[in-house]
Amino acid sequence: MTVTVSGTESTESTESTQSAESDRVAGGAAEVLRPHAEHTFADELSALAAADDRPRPARWRLSPWAVATYLLGGTLPDGTVITPKYVGPRRIVEVAVTTLATDRALLLLGVPGTAKTWVSEHLAAAVSGDSTLLVQGTAGTPEEAIRYGWNYAQLLAHGPSRDALVPSPVMRAMADGMTARVEELTRIPADVQDTLITVLSEKTLPVPELGEEVQAVRGFNLIATANDRDRGVNELSSALRRRFNTVVLPLPATPEDEVDIVARRVAQIGRSLDLPEVPEGIDEIRRVVTVFRELRQGVTADGRTKVKPPSGTLSTAEAISVVTNGLALAAHFGDGVLRAGDVAAGILGAVVRDPAADRVIWQEYLEAVVRERDGWKDFYRACREVSA
Amino acid sequence: MTASGAGGDAVWPLLLGVRHHGPGSARAVRAALDAYEPGAVLIEGPPEADAIVRLAADEGMRPPVALLAHAADDPGRAGFWPLAGFSPEWAAIQWALARDVPVRFIDLPAANTLAMAAEERPVPEADAGPDEPSEGAGQAARVRLDPLAALAGAAGYDDPERWWEDVVEHRGPGPGPGPTASAAPFAAVGEAMAALRAEHGDGGHEDDAAREAHMRLRLRDARREFGAEVAVVCGAWHVPALARRSTVTADRTLLRGLPKVKAEISWVPWTHRRLARHSGYGAGIASPGWYSHLFHAPDRPLERWLTKVARLFRDEDVAVSSAHVIEAVRLAETLAALRGRPLPGLAETMDAVRAVMCEGSEVPLALVRDRLIVGDVLGEVPDSAPAVPLQRDLTRTQRSLRLKPEAQDRELELDLRKENDAARSRLLHRLRLLGVEWGTPAASRGSTGTFRETWRLCWEPELAVRVAEAGVWGTTVLSAATAKAESGAVGATTLAEVTELAERCLLAALPGALPVVMRALADRAALDTDVGHLAQALPSLVRSVRYGDVRATDTAALTEVAAGLAERILVGLPPACVGLDPDGASEMRAHMEAVHRAIGLLTETSRTSAPTVAAGPGPVDAPASASAPAPASAAGGIAAAGPAGEPTSPPASGSGPGEVSEPDAAQGASVPAPAEVRERESLAAEGRAGALGVADRDVGLRGRWAGVLRGVAGRDGGPGVPGVIRGRAARLLLDDGRLAEDEAARLMGLALSSGTAPTEAAAWIEGFLGGEAGGGMLLVHDERLLGLVDRWLTGVPADAFTDVLPLLRRTFSAYDAGVRRTLGELVRRGPSGADESVGGGPRGQAAPAAPGFGPGLDAGRAAAAEPTVRLLLGLGSAPAPTPDDHHALEAAG
Repeated sequence: MTVTVSGTESTESTESTQSAESDRVAGGAAEVLRPHAEHTFADELSALAAADDRPRPARWRLSPWAVATYLLGGTLPDGTVITPKYVGPRRIVEVAVTTLATDRALLLLGVPGTAKTWVSEHLAAAVSGDSTLLVQGTAGTPEEAIRYGWNYAQLLAHGPSRDALVPSPVMRAMADGMTARVEELTRIPADVQDTLITVLSEKTLPVPELGEEVQAVRGFNLIATANDRDRGVNELSSALRRRFNTVVLPLPATPEDEVDIVARRVAQIGRSLDLPEVPEGIDEIRRVVTVFRELRQGVTADGRTKVKPPSGTLSTAEAISVVTNGLALAAHFGDGVLRAGDVAAGILGAVVRDPAADRVIWQEYLEAVVRERDGWKDFYRACREVSA
Repeated sequence: MTASGAGGDAVWPLLLGVRHHGPGSARAVRAALDAYEPGAVLIEGPPEADAIVRLAADEGMRPPVALLAHAADDPGRAGFWPLAGFSPEWAAIQWALARDVPVRFIDLPAANTLAMAAEERPVPEADAGPDEPSEGAGQAARVRLDPLAALAGAAGYDDPERWWEDVVEHRGPGPGPGPTASAAPFAAVGEAMAALRAEHGDGGHEDDAAREAHMRLRLRDARREFGAEVAVVCGAWHVPALARRSTVTADRTLLRGLPKVKAEISWVPWTHRRLARHSGYGAGIASPGWYSHLFHAPDRPLERWLTKVARLFRDEDVAVSSAHVIEAVRLAETLAALRGRPLPGLAETMDAVRAVMCEGSEVPLALVRDRLIVGDVLGEVPDSAPAVPLQRDLTRTQRSLRLKPEAQDRELELDLRKENDAARSRLLHRLRLLGVEWGTPAASRGSTGTFRETWRLCWEPELAVRVAEAGVWGTTVLSAATAKAESGAVGATTLAEVTELAERCLLAALPGALPVVMRALADRAALDTDVGHLAQALPSLVRSVRYGDVRATDTAALTEVAAGLAERILVGLPPACVGLDPDGASEMRAHMEAVHRAIGLLTETSRTSAPTVAAGPGPVDAPASASAPAPASAAGGIAAAGPAGEPTSPPASGSGPGEVSEPDAAQGASVPAPAEVRERESLAAEGRAGALGVADRDVGLRGRWAGVLRGVAGRDGGPGVPGVIRGRAARLLLDDGRLAEDEAARLMGLALSSGTAPTEAAAWIEGFLGGEAGGGMLLVHDERLLGLVDRWLTGVPADAFTDVLPLLRRTFSAYDAGVRRTLGELVRRGPSGADESVGGGPRGQAAPAAPGFGPGLDAGRAAAAEPTVRLLLGLGSAPAPTPDDHHALEAAG
């Protein structure tokens, strides 16, 4: 049982859980399912701007220090509480903000569910006050999405002109000195990716049809996100890679963080799917998270035994899907309590992606780690049953 | 002197409070000494070193080095005072020696500190270094005030190291020229420390009172000897104490009654890696390479550092251009500005390297950390330096073991059961680990017992050099060998290396190194995907477990690891047996046999040593052992086949439950009888599935291994398991009594049926019947199997026969001449008897005809042989003949 987690979904998966409530409360446009970050946190942004007396780079709404505070949270001198948008190492946010301040493009790497998109949205909102200059990368993203397209009716009626030109978000960002965002950069075909090279190195976008060019004004920058477990789909050319500073967003640092994220997200999904209420299966969640973490990190939680990591990503998002699935099983077919048997099949599916190699890894893990563990006997047996 | 306007006498003594190993401090010290030109330099360190400080100016001396003090009669008790090129103390020494200014060390003598350390805590051998209070990181052992942490906390920093770096190390020389500027930072630090000590007292550094009293006395002596103008380089913490006025008598009182040992001191080479460890001055530093760079870079430290990093990457074939370096510099500087630091520190630099050069990856960063931040720098010490304690320890040990170093080649026979010989063997093994090849193991003549060892001894002059080199590892042969083995285990790349190391650790009796080695072993085993490697590692590991018993070493950890390894093999073996070519198949077959033997040994060993294991850290629920079987509780055992609660069965009546109970004549023939008895015992124990204890698990291990073999033996056809492996698996099971004869016959029939390709069938035969001499005996005794082979062979088509012939020849030519002849006779006699037994069912225990023998038991002849057989089997005089005796008779017959 797997659920593909695309970049946009990962926006919601981890850290967004904290803000989901505030989304609903603070969202100015009440009907909008999900308002943009700059709207949701408009109060915080304006409070920060008022308190911020440090130098700001050209066209930045806030100083780098204030941007970092916006993401990491804190309390301003006037007592305004800034909620943390990103829970993770401070270092990462600082490097990301500094990168933008030094006029280098920022590449956020990470496995699905590490809040790449979330961070990029908030960075853009804090730096430029606008997180909507977005190019979603897919296998079918055309060059026009990055450069410019044409309004063909205009083009045919009046010939090539500035009016017939449909600028891409990147082009608009260049013209206005804003922050552009490219999601899932590595999903974009390599030749289309490379159109970014000129944009990032020459900071210009020529329009040969008009004999013009759009030169980036100060303040323009670009944040891209990419999935580092999907490596090799459309590997960045080294020329493009060189234009980026890379920041890898890590998975939750402690088991407690991760259990917390999984439990909350599962509860949310359960509500939205109208699953019958199932009592707290926190122990089972903890077990799922432990198994995922151990296999992912290649070492047991007590740090005493190494295990081989399987080929799957085993991200937090997948743990969430395993538990949700288990809850559904327990609610509809089980006794209403989340038990080892309900999650076992899901775990097997998440871990064993490559039938030959991963199966051995999984069995080795079962025999060498799970079997010995106190209080895990039922889990061991349930897993043996489904993997036999 | 020319202390222009500095208030004359007020500056003297010039107190230079430093952080040990701080490059900024070193630079400041140099500048201050240049400015004030004192008449003598006093340094925090053991006064014994006064005599050998001259050597620091020797051409052959290259930092990092360390002053090593050790108790004369016990080199194991030693303390180190490491000095790197960027240490302020080193800078001061160099400054003074270059100008012929006298240098004195003023700390408490090592004679006292070593004795005090020994009194405080009877540390065995490894690190009995004097517990110097730390100016750097907090000490874990005792709750003490970390002065820097307190100051950093006051300044709003959470990391004391970073605070010190920002405030002191990253500062250039003070503003403006003149001596006042160069002394200003020291004055400021001194004041800060004074404030801190006023508030916190000694901050938990109880020994300091005596040390500082001694420093004051030495300072007074020096001023009498060299005049008022002396400079003192010491940890910043001590500055207020030295500035304080106190009477000579008060200081002397503090020093009265300190314990004392005879101490000797020397220079030893040191490494950056060891600087990074917490020792000696106490201020273990995390980044000696970075500090060294900061100290030695003439200007633009950041740019130079990042260029160094780029060069390192290029050498390792990571494409890094100058553009990368430029961007990294920009990022680091902006990051420092964002974090509000005056200059980019190591953290900013590494963040920049990670984001710009490494594409966010930690892997290349680890390289930078290892090669540059720590670095591989190895110090050198001139030959004229006094001998290292390791040499003394060796000499002492040689004397006490009566083992003289002689240049002449000679052979040494050791009987490990004797105390002295065992100690000699340990010494030689340890020296070998240290690369001092004084003795090399030679093949034993005569006895092959494990308690005997033969060595070839030859002391070459260059071995002394080797000993000196090994001095880096420790002060005694034991501690040095332990440290070397640990580092070897961490650095080893293949599983085989670590297993070998584990074996050597046991031989050399290095219990201290064993945990690290075992950990490395478990880690390598966990990550190795090749079952072949694991299978190779297991036998030697199990050997170690067994051998450990001979030497009375505690091998609980080893057993644990071996069991874990076996576990992984169990999981990995079946898939690895699929789709092999003939060469691969025969290799795998060898692995399988080795693992089979190893698992047998392992379960046996762990049963005999069960109490030891149970005392270990493993998750032991019930003390289960063969002699006191655990009561059958939960049916948690995996191989729980037997009736729970079966009473302890004496070996003789030990017909285990289920299929395994089938008595088997062939087994009696091919397996020595005592082994069979043990085997039965273990089977019986397995039947009583007890709680999940270690010993029980191991018995279960054996059961599961049998399950794996059964799975392998039964996998057939197509891209399945090659015949030779299937055959071998079946045979191993049969020999263990875990495969009923019927089942064996069925498997053979299956393998030899006409649907199977003849070559495949021949391979099966090779696996089942080949190898050891016992293979043939099976055919001699079981005519049914012989009949099957015979029938198959006559049925092989003529054109396939030539393909099969070499395989069969290989199988049968390995048999003893006698066996071959008997087989020939049996075949010539014709299939009459064979047909009968093929047609007949399994032979029950009362079956009259043992194949190959006449019908019935000739009681008279048996009775004649019985006493002898009893004697052979050590059964004593049990009454009625039991099934076992029956087998034994058959075997003997």
